[in-house]
Amino acid sequence: MIRVVLPYHLRTLAQSDAEVQIAVAGAVTICSVLDALETHYPMLRGTIRDHVTQQRRPFLRFFACGEDFSLESSDIELPPKIVSGEEPFLIIGAIAGG
Amino acid sequence: MSGVRVLVGTHKGAFILTSDGKRTKWDVSGPHFAGWEIYHVKGSPADPNRLYASQTSGWFGQIIQRSDDGGKTWFQPGTKPGEPTKTPEGFPKAESNKFVYDTSSETGKPLTTHQWYDGTQHPWEFKRVWHLEPSLTDPNTVYAGVEDAALFRTIDGGQTWHELAGLRGHGTGPKWAPGAGGMGLHTILLDHKNHNRIYVAISAAGVFRTDDAGKTWKPINRGLRSEYIPDPNAEVGHCVHRIAMHRSRPNVLFMQKHWDVMRSDDAGESWHEVSGNLPTDFGFVIDVHTHEPNTIYVIPIKSDSEHFPPEGKLRVYRSRSGGNEWEALTKGLPQSDCYVNILRDAMAVDSLDSCGIYFGTTGGQVYLSPDGGDNWNAIVSNLPAVFSVEVQTLQ
Repeated sequence: MIRVVLPYHLRTLAQSDAEVQIAVAGAVTICSVLDALETHYPMLRGTIRDHVTQQRRPFLRFFACGEDFSLESSDIELPPKIVSGEEPFLIIGAIAGG
Repeated sequence: MSGVRVLVGTHKGAFILTSDGKRTKWDVSGPHFAGWEIYHVKGSPADPNRLYASQTSGWFGQIIQRSDDGGKTWFQPGTKPGEPTKTPEGFPKAESNKFVYDTSSETGKPLTTHQWYDGTQHPWEFKRVWHLEPSLTDPNTVYAGVEDAALFRTIDGGQTWHELAGLRGHGTGPKWAPGAGGMGLHTILLDHKNHNRIYVAISAAGVFRTDDAGKTWKPINRGLRSEYIPDPNAEVGHCVHRIAMHRSRPNVLFMQKHWDVMRSDDAGESWHEVSGNLPTDFGFVIDVHTHEPNTIYVIPIKSDSEHFPPEGKLRVYRSRSGGNEWEALTKGLPQSDCYVNILRDAMAVDSLDSCGIYFGTTGGQVYLSPDGGDNWNAIVSNLPAVFSVEVQTLQ
């Protein structure tokens, strides 16, 4: 299972805990993790990626194993510790005021 | 016994204030959607327990919430948890939070451009829903006014939204420009007598009317004069802040413009100024007494840029003659050191025998006058900044 940590506002939308666990079929990439996340929590669709372009919303960032993946291709494979579930994939709201 | 339900959208959540017909004791529910900007909450005239809310965030985008029990519980009316979000062909399924401008060859146009602050052309970009206007007859039909200015409609209870593209595709679109708060479609008035007629207002484009249920639109801004644009009498480009009508007289419209309070007696074909003796004719809200079609209310605000009541005195002005002659209403309102603003969607009226007038402030107060404006009191005093106020009169 892939572990994903959500920012506060998305937890309240998804009515979930801070960390959710989801199954991802095939290669574990940013795109496949978000696809699986949105399948389990369709209320999050459009809140992390734009509905149409599927681009990351500009005030969100992605981290994995201490590395910033925000600007990486969404098709890049995530580190083995994310794939194994040892480390969570972090979705973080950029801090830019109240 | 009758009662009222006040729906308040704020900078940090929604609140629902309820009372019986006396309107003296209030129950406060909320915050709903704590921490999110709630631009607007409105109930269906056809089913008062059906509420819609626009929940938005610069971080996470637009969410549409719906309640079927008068605001006790809420849900997003799109795809249910567990259902796939894509079709077998891989296309994303429509969802309640999805507002996509119509670019189809049949009904839409290529994504057009509008005027940017510096005069250059800028593509339409969806930002948020400013205003939700449920149908007068069908709880599943709702109109949404959005930024960048366009009109959307759902006919399935908010599950999917589709643009009425004839408005954005109007030939004057490239001349529309954002006001200081963005280019929002903020007012939607449905004609109670002619269901094919809808009025909308956009900052800063002006007022538009359809007579064919939204297929085609025409600008109705003749008579507006705005000294702050290159051609003060232009067909479009006016910063209309709000329009209002009485349900019994849908051809009579009242307008609070960036400057000037205006009136039309011919469904917007022409406008004339009725600012009269107001201390300033700038403001945002305007509304009409439920039982007196010629009694209207505004709250003058000092501008440019200050956007607080003149002299620090919070005064509602009432005209019983449909404009020109105004009286200040002050009993119960702060008459010193008051520097709040009252935003365009933050005034409403109930339909009890003694008409209640309500407005919310950026200081977090919601004021009520249970007697048409003569006396005021604060229902609540310490909410987050109020964006919008709507009232439902319950039987």
